[in-house]
Amino acid sequence: MGAIIDIDHLSKDYGSGTKALDDVTLSIDEGEIIALLGPNGAGKTTLISIICGLVTPTGGTVRVGGHDIRTDWRAARRLIGLVPQEIALEPFEKVINCVRFTRGLYGMPADDAYIERVLRSLSLWDKRDAATRELSGGMKRRVLIAKALSHQPKVLFLDEPTAGVDVALRREMWQVVGDLRREGVTIILTTHYLEEAEEMADRIGVIAKGRLLLVKPTAQLMGEFGKKTLSIELDAPLAAIPDDLAGRALTLSDDGRRLAFDYDTRAERTGIARLLGDLAARGITVRDVSTRQSSLEDVFLSLVSEDAA
Amino acid sequence: MSINWHGVWAIFHHEMMRFFRTIWQSLASPVLSTVLYFVVFGAAIGGRIQSVEGVEYAAFIVPGLMMLTVLQQAVSNASFGIYFPKFSGTIYEYLVSPVGWIEVTMGFVGAAAVKSIMIALVILVTSFVFVGVHILHPVWMVAFLVLSSVGFSLLGFIIGLWAKSFEQLQIVPMMIIMPLVFLGGAFYSASMLPPFWEGVAKLNPVLYLISGFRWSFFGLADVPVGVSLVAVAIMVVVCLAIIRWIFATGWRLRE
Repeated sequence: MGAIIDIDHLSKDYGSGTKALDDVTLSIDEGEIIALLGPNGAGKTTLISIICGLVTPTGGTVRVGGHDIRTDWRAARRLIGLVPQEIALEPFEKVINCVRFTRGLYGMPADDAYIERVLRSLSLWDKRDAATRELSGGMKRRVLIAKALSHQPKVLFLDEPTAGVDVALRREMWQVVGDLRREGVTIILTTHYLEEAEEMADRIGVIAKGRLLLVKPTAQLMGEFGKKTLSIELDAPLAAIPDDLAGRALTLSDDGRRLAFDYDTRAERTGIARLLGDLAARGITVRDVSTRQSSLEDVFLSLVSEDAA
Repeated sequence: MSINWHGVWAIFHHEMMRFFRTIWQSLASPVLSTVLYFVVFGAAIGGRIQSVEGVEYAAFIVPGLMMLTVLQQAVSNASFGIYFPKFSGTIYEYLVSPVGWIEVTMGFVGAAAVKSIMIALVILVTSFVFVGVHILHPVWMVAFLVLSSVGFSLLGFIIGLWAKSFEQLQIVPMMIIMPLVFLGGAFYSASMLPPFWEGVAKLNPVLYLISGFRWSFFGLADVPVGVSLVAVAIMVVVCLAIIRWIFATGWRLRE
């Protein structure tokens, strides 16, 4: 499928010298789910805000469905739905009226059958006549999604959809995104959880300090950066790694009491069982083991160091 | 450029629904204050002023009372209408959807103007209980009513865009609109003032509105009717230019 969003050399400079967005170029295909990953202040929200019309860029262009967001903004915006990071709803308005209002704002004639379908798909139909202030945080976030979908957009932006929500609700959000994917909606979401990006996205883009450091298919990125480390605590210190185990991605701590083994969770064989067997065969007694997933921080550190080199 | 009429209607309808949700509060307070004005100005003071330029005093103040209400209601409705989404954070919807300054202004200002006209008409009907009012030029009366409510709804809309707090939202109507209306001849004719103060009064734009409006009732005016019309038209154009500038620059909207 062709590109639905074309971002070309996009920049945003707030005038204080810091670049919120620095020469970002990215093409997003129709029906794709892309996660923009980065720490707070990386430029994720700025990027989304420019595409949606909240922030004016200082350089570059964006086309949505072939329409330039500045010169042909009405046509471009009709294709976009935005779920903002902050929950902002009219407190005294009924859920269904909120959703109808947004549909009207986007220039669409009333269609109560479609609104009902959206509300049902988000488990909001029973709450349609409730004022938004009566809803729980998770329900409110779903109302925001319903509003963003009210005009049948082709592209949906989800800015930190699971920020500040509990584990159960996070799973629920992932479910909603999965349903939308099946309906063919292109989704751009921002997150600072690697796990979340991995769960939902076809591709992951990593942003830091306003720069898009890389964009890769999720499987490839996780293969490259999604390593796990097995930490093996030894009963007695080792002077050195036994020679015949030297080729096994093993490192020994300075005090000789800890072995670290890097492995790929996606590989057919992780090599853990073999390693533990080999250690036992050599009379090396293991006191404890633990594993650690490489975090987003590790991914950043390795990317930034590559970038600087 | 094509106008997004569904967008205009969505905003207008949303604003009118808010008005109808609290219809009795919306109507009771202006009706009560009108009754009080009639009692105080019409009965108590009017008893000592038999007539102004041949018009019974209680009838003479009806256009001024209507204009006072239209101006207050237009400013407060339009300013609150746009300030509330800024306060609740839902303003983002107007900025990311395919509506421009024209649609947003038409929706909010149209609703505020319609509300203030409805309340002014309720006051006119209420005044019939107290005094016989004959309207000499009904078409011009409606024209002045519509133009004034649109003009001051536009002003209120600008105040709502400018305001950063509920206090700021209140201060302009309290400190500027009320004094201008009282000093604009709502309860007297400018010709009753000494010549110097009559000259000062003519610097007040609201005088032109009340004068033109009163002319449509009784055929009496402090200033020529054409001047009144031009004054309202200038106000509408200047306000539209300011609103357009605010939306183009994002001042107090995208901050």
